[in-house]
Amino acid sequence: MNGLRRSERSADRVVPPTGPTAWLTGFTAAAMAFLAVFALALSLASGRLADRWSGALSQTATVRISAPADQMQAQVAAVLDVLTTTPGIASARALTEEETRALLEPWFGPDLPLDALPVPRLVELVETPAGYDGEGLRQRLAAEAPGAVLDDHTRWRRPLAVAAERLRLLGALSLGLIGASLATMVTLSASAALAANAQVIRVLRLVGAQDAFIARAFVRRFTLRTFWGASAGALAGLIGVALLPSADAAGGFLTGLGFQGAGWLWPFALPPVAGLVAFVATRIAAFAKLRELT
Amino acid sequence: MIVFDNVAYSYGGGELLSEVNLRLAAGSFHFLTGPSGAGKSTLLKLCYAELLPTAGRLTLFDREVRSLSRDEVARMRRRMGVVHQDCQFLDHLPLTANVMLPLTVSGRETTPKDLGDLLTWVGLDKLGDQLPPQLSGGERQRAALARAVIMSPDVILADEPTGNVDWEMSLRLLTLLVELNKMGKTVLVATHDLNLIRTAKAQVPARVLRIANRRVQLAGADL
Repeated sequence: MNGLRRSERSADRVVPPTGPTAWLTGFTAAAMAFLAVFALALSLASGRLADRWSGALSQTATVRISAPADQMQAQVAAVLDVLTTTPGIASARALTEEETRALLEPWFGPDLPLDALPVPRLVELVETPAGYDGEGLRQRLAAEAPGAVLDDHTRWRRPLAVAAERLRLLGALSLGLIGASLATMVTLSASAALAANAQVIRVLRLVGAQDAFIARAFVRRFTLRTFWGASAGALAGLIGVALLPSADAAGGFLTGLGFQGAGWLWPFALPPVAGLVAFVATRIAAFAKLRELT
Repeated sequence: MIVFDNVAYSYGGGELLSEVNLRLAAGSFHFLTGPSGAGKSTLLKLCYAELLPTAGRLTLFDREVRSLSRDEVARMRRRMGVVHQDCQFLDHLPLTANVMLPLTVSGRETTPKDLGDLLTWVGLDKLGDQLPPQLSGGERQRAALARAVIMSPDVILADEPTGNVDWEMSLRLLTLLVELNKMGKTVLVATHDLNLIRTAKAQVPARVLRIANRRVQLAGADL
C-alpha cells in the first residue's frame, strides 16, 4: 500500500469525495472479508480432517477376534504370528484390556466388566509405505484364526475422507466466489463513480490530463477503501473464529473449525489480496469508462 | 502553430463551419468575432481538439489532429492555455489548486513564490483559498487566465474572456493578454465586443477574423 506514490495522492485529490460509493465499497469489502475468514477456516479445517482421515486410512488397520474364551489367547497368538510374517506390515500388537475399555467407555461408561462380556480382542497393525495384500491376508487369517476379521477402515473412513476433501474444495470455491463478488462490486462502484464525475474528467482532460492520471485517482481511492474495509472485516472474522469453542475429542469437527499454528496468519493475507482485486478491477473499469467518455 | 486547411465541421446534419483556411503563426495575436451562434466557440474547440473536423485537414504543432491518440491530445493541450467561456473549474478545489491543475496533471510542481507572483499578476493573491463558486465573474475569468498561462504555453486561446465582466475588468484582462503576446505567446481571442478589439488594436498588431456564413474571413480594417 505504501507503494502508492505521492503523485497518486495528488491525483486522488482532484476527484471530489463521493458519498454512497465510498462507504458501500468499504462495507462490501468488510462483509466479504468477514465471510472469507470463515470460508478459509472451513477450508483449512476440512483439509486437516481429510489429511488425518486419509492418513489413518492408508496406515492402520485392525483385526477383530471373536472367539470362545478358552480359544481367545490361541487365536490372538495365531493372528500376531500371521501378521508378523506378512510382507508390508510394519508392526502389530494386541490392544490391552485398558485400551479396549477406553475405546468402549464413551458408550458403556467407565466401570465396564470386560471379563463378563463377550468383547472381541483387537489387534492393531501398522503397514509399511509399500502396503500389504489385503485379500491374501484375509485368506491367511481365515485359515489360521477362524474368529479373526480384518477391518482396514476403508468402509467408513473413505467416504468421510472424500467428504472432507469435497468440503475443502467447497471452501476454496467459496473464497473464489467471494473474490469474484468483490471484484464485481468494486467494478460497478468505480464505473458509477466515473460516470458521476464525467464533468471533472472533462475538465481534467481540458487541462492536459492523460487517462493514466485520471484512472490513478479512482484506482487509488477504491484500492484503499477496499483494503481498509477488508482489514476491518478480516479482524472481525478473526475475533469470531477465536471466540469459537476450542477443539476437543468430543466436539469433533465443529469445534475444530478454526486456525492452527501458522494458519492464523492466513486471514492477514485477505486485506492485501482484496486490495489487489480492487486495484485490478478498478483499473480495468476506469480505462474502459474513460474510453467511453471520449 | 495551428493550421486549418479547408476544414469543415458538421453536427446533427448541419454544417457549422466550412472551408476554413487559417494559419495562426507563432507570436501572432488574432481576434475572432461574429454574431452569437456563428461558430466562434466551435472553431476554438477545434483548435484544442475537443472537436475533430469532419472534413479538411487541421494541423496542431505540425501534427494532423486526427492522427493523435488521446494521450497525445493531452500532451498537446499542455502546450495550450485555454480560457473557457464558463471557466471550467473543479468546484471542490480552492482557487490555487484549480490554477495549478495543469501542473498537477502533468506531474510538475511550482514554487509558492512563482504561484504567488502569478496570482498577484491577475490580482487574486488574497483569494487563493476561496472555492470557485465564491468568486465573482471577473475573478473567475482572471483565475482561468492564470490557469491558462501557468504551464507557460505556446498558445493562448480565450473564448469570450470578457463576457461576464464590466468594461474596467475587460480592459484589465485585455492588458494581461497583450502582455502575454508581447512575451511571444500566440493569442486567439473569440469575442463579439468590438470596443475591446478597437482598444487592443491600439496596443498590439492584432488581426481580426470574422465568421460569417460558416466561413472565416479577414475582417475590415475599420474595426
